[in-house]
Amino acid sequence: MIKIITLLFGVSLFFSFTDWQDSDLTKSISRGKDIYTDFCVTCHKPNGEGTPKFFPPLAKSDFLINNRAESIKSVKYGQKGKINVNGIPYNGTMPNPGLTDTEVADVMNYILNSWGNQSDKMVTVEEVLWLKP
Amino acid sequence: MYSKLFTILFLGTLLACQAQKDMTIQTPENVSYTTEIFVPELEIPWGMAFLPDGSLLITEIKGQLIHFKDGKKTIIGNTPEVYARGQGGFLDVALHPDYKNNGWIYFTYSSKEGTEDGGHTALMRAKLQNGNLIENQVLYKGSPNTTKPYHFGSRIVFDNDGYVYFTIGDRGEHFVNPQDITKDGGKVYRLKDDGTIPTDNPFYSTANAKKAIWSYGHRNQQGMVKHPVTGKIWAHEHGPQGGDEINIIQKGLNYGWPVISYGINYDGSVLTDKKEMAGMEQAQYYYVPSIAPSGMAFVDSDKYGDWKGNLLIGSLKFQYLERVVLKNDKVTYREKLMTDIGRIRNVIMGPDGLIYVAVEGKGIYKIMPSK
Repeated sequence: MIKIITLLFGVSLFFSFTDWQDSDLTKSISRGKDIYTDFCVTCHKPNGEGTPKFFPPLAKSDFLINNRAESIKSVKYGQKGKINVNGIPYNGTMPNPGLTDTEVADVMNYILNSWGNQSDKMVTVEEVLWLKP
Repeated sequence: MYSKLFTILFLGTLLACQAQKDMTIQTPENVSYTTEIFVPELEIPWGMAFLPDGSLLITEIKGQLIHFKDGKKTIIGNTPEVYARGQGGFLDVALHPDYKNNGWIYFTYSSKEGTEDGGHTALMRAKLQNGNLIENQVLYKGSPNTTKPYHFGSRIVFDNDGYVYFTIGDRGEHFVNPQDITKDGGKVYRLKDDGTIPTDNPFYSTANAKKAIWSYGHRNQQGMVKHPVTGKIWAHEHGPQGGDEINIIQKGLNYGWPVISYGINYDGSVLTDKKEMAGMEQAQYYYVPSIAPSGMAFVDSDKYGDWKGNLLIGSLKFQYLERVVLKNDKVTYREKLMTDIGRIRNVIMGPDGLIYVAVEGKGIYKIMPSK
């Protein structure tokens, strides 16, 4: 009996924990959407497709998927110089948007989980905090 | 047969009524100019002003004032602290018309001054002495602060009577600020050179109004210039998606944002279905799609032949400089210069009669006419 109770308790604890995790990511994504609308949308567009030749796409971007740390850094500090995204070279300048570390994490979570992008690993404030230019 | 023809004619007339004449930008095959870099390696050069000795003051949006003299950059000290977030930072710089005698330099920047979180656009004047700003005076500061990262404006222009005009964008509150003359944002302001408010400003005697307002109903004006012949103040402003405008700024007028607009929201939703309304000004020209205009200058020299009197406007979005031919203050022709050069932030005429163009991530170019 005690065993069953312990098991049930453990199971419920596990589910409540994952629920909590999920809603944390959902909340971050939701805040990130507002940040995206305020800072990113004019160049990268509402559907993340970017502007041909000038501003790279974020939707299904191989750069984003393969360079997580570099992507977070470009949101935290801005980005300059040549990059290749989905086989197309870009050589522009993205100014430092001046976001707090929490805002960087939020907008990254939004970008990593929108327009066909999907990431199981949530970007946390701690992850952003330790990234230096 | 006749009915078909009639229908076509009717539809044609209908279209002509609804939209301005098609003025698609032209890209000529042969160009009559070359470009060369004048100031290399800048991040986001925003404002530019030539000093009488031919040296150049440049603002970097992140918060620096650079003095470029004899090929060397010096960072000026004692500059105002800026609220560097999104489109905010160190913005425009302009000299007093009588700079040679009084030494006053004017700046706009986003400022954190005040008790609320965030920032708002401020106008400051100061003098330059031994690599530092001195006698810094804040002449105007928009309020209340907000953490919204966009629509700060801002450009500074002096008119022929010595009044200083500057712009503040709607600060991200388009349903709150631009149409309300008791609130800052979405306005062109007019002050005396010492910051006092002229008593003939249009809302000087209106209860609770911000008395410095000269015109209202604007969205985000990042280009403004005095016409070299008429002396009138011209400005452009960013529309939302579509609906950038070129306007002649006049006393007390309402330029309509966000009640009337030729643009839509970034998410594709309709912002307003109205394009005109009594008591609101129509633009001299509107852009659909938007070019994201920044910087504005009239060609006032003979260096470029028949370009004299043309309007130059930078495009952030399409990364070219636009040469606009005007007739009776209306746009009759648009041409692309410096194709794909980069995000153009500003354009001014130099004291040598040449065109100087600030490009993000690159620096400042000058346009040389071909011999």
